[in-house]
Amino acid sequence: MSGEGRLTRYGLRFVALFYLAALLLLPIGVALVKTFDDGIGEVITQITKPDALHALKLSVITVLIAVPLNTIFGIAAAHVIVRTNFPLKWLIGAIIDMPFAVSPVVIGLSLILVYGTGGWFGADLAAQGIQIIFSTPGIVMAVIFVSLPFVAREVIPVMQEIGTDQETAAETLGASPWQTFYKITLPAIRWGVTYGIVLTTARALGEFGAVTVVSGNISGETQTLPLYVSKQFETFNSVGAYSASLILAILALGTLLFMNLLRRRED
Amino acid sequence: MTDITENLKAVSHGIEVRDVSKNFGDFQALEDVNLIVPDGSMTALLGPSGSGKSTLLRTIAGLETPTTGSVLIGGEDQAKKPVRTRNVGFVFQHYAAFKHMTVFDNIAFGLKVRKWKKDKVRARVNELIELVQLTGLGGRYPSQLSGGQRQRMALARALAVEPSVLLLDEPFGALDAKVRKDLRTWLRRLHDEVHVTTIFVTHDQEEAMDIAEQIVVMNEGKIEQTGSATDLYDEPANEFVMGFVGEVNSLGGKLVRPHDTEILPVETPDSVAVTIDRVVRLGFSGRVEMLTANGGQEVWAQLTRSELETLDLEPGSRAYVRPRPDAVTREDTGALDDAFKEESPAIHRPTPAEPGLPV
Repeated sequence: MSGEGRLTRYGLRFVALFYLAALLLLPIGVALVKTFDDGIGEVITQITKPDALHALKLSVITVLIAVPLNTIFGIAAAHVIVRTNFPLKWLIGAIIDMPFAVSPVVIGLSLILVYGTGGWFGADLAAQGIQIIFSTPGIVMAVIFVSLPFVAREVIPVMQEIGTDQETAAETLGASPWQTFYKITLPAIRWGVTYGIVLTTARALGEFGAVTVVSGNISGETQTLPLYVSKQFETFNSVGAYSASLILAILALGTLLFMNLLRRRED
Repeated sequence: MTDITENLKAVSHGIEVRDVSKNFGDFQALEDVNLIVPDGSMTALLGPSGSGKSTLLRTIAGLETPTTGSVLIGGEDQAKKPVRTRNVGFVFQHYAAFKHMTVFDNIAFGLKVRKWKKDKVRARVNELIELVQLTGLGGRYPSQLSGGQRQRMALARALAVEPSVLLLDEPFGALDAKVRKDLRTWLRRLHDEVHVTTIFVTHDQEEAMDIAEQIVVMNEGKIEQTGSATDLYDEPANEFVMGFVGEVNSLGGKLVRPHDTEILPVETPDSVAVTIDRVVRLGFSGRVEMLTANGGQEVWAQLTRSELETLDLEPGSRAYVRPRPDAVTREDTGALDDAFKEESPAIHRPTPAEPGLPV
């Protein structure tokens, strides 16, 4: 190989590694070290504070509602887009991508416009005793909105790739549409779904902007983990902020690891 | 021999297609198709791509709904029957193997959705694995099989549910030449054993003539002719069938078979002047390749050894060719060239006589 070629190769490697190190590894590493500045005992004290535990619980509840709903919706939307001749499917495709294009803060504000006290349904819902904004339903809705595209976007290309032959074969062998979906389509798209779930979970756990707007950010009530982290940081409790961040990171990595284990076991 | 072969014979039905037309928007894929497939027979749908043969097969299976006309299986109109209750075995060109299932589970699929008991499923599947000669491979995944093995698995899967008819869509199309030939011989033997009414789609005339009792030649959505290989070869209904089934030369506006092409040393009123290009001796018979003097179009003749010796042809020398007096001939209107624009099957098709004609 020529000297110039080698230079290019090492140059590219340097850029890639430097980029990763400066933007990802270094800050995360420093945060990890900082977390344990005052010893592990302090970390435990911080994460077992009632507000911290409440934030963790709220985040987990939000994920447990938003991720299954978005998974079902994502698979259904992918099916409509790839497998049917539904005339408005281009529109569905465009709408699915909206959360990618619109800022989460705007998403939060638009939810307030519809469901807030002064919004379209806000007053009627309040009359029924249902509060959405500044409450858990609003947070869940915001999270569902921002994490909507991932499953559909992961599943669509896989569904296109596998084609219709296997499904048609199942049909000729006497399988009902549900049996065909459950026994043929779902196993064939499972890794697309899995990856979509990982991305949806990560996004749902980490969402900040839309949740800030709709939740009211009330400690111990409507504060999710990312909001809690931010609040601790603002009140100069950096160990508290880092400790809660560590929990967030563990949850996200845990999801990824779990999905990887599932995959490994199958192979 | 075994249970499954007995059962298949019992459930097999004949097929009748009545006045079926199929439109996809402006495109007419099938036009007034009428066809009778006798119970227990093997029929080939033969035609170039776009001739409607796959659409016809899919219509019989219920995968396409005819625009007009009806499909009858065992005398029963299938119009109201969805694919899943039609009980047809369908085999795809690219196998449509369930990739996440073993060979065993692939074959068992149709039985499991019918809620068969486990031990009955196992007995049936093992019987089929043996029938299609995949013994010992039941635990493998499709990705661990060769193309021929995958197609035999797909066949076993289709046969497992005891279909009343077996439909194969270009079943050997994705295989290489050697496997293709072996598999079709094997399919013929299997059919002799199980006797289920079978229709397969092919664009390979040799494949059709080799294993089908009845050949249906299709072109542009219509059936050109239905008959045995001999019928089609000896009595082609038109120039399309003549050109598609067997090989042809175009001589002075007529299509004629190479073995009906006579070589003369002297000119006659009905002969065409040619230059001898190559003489190939193949044991008992031989082949003479020639170029017409007017236009350089390729022509060839199949001769016996003694005819070759009597003529004593030298490459480069002049000769004259004409159809033999008793030859089967059809007018050459150029319709064949249109049909073969996209693909050329195992047919010797001369280039057009005059330069400047569209190919």
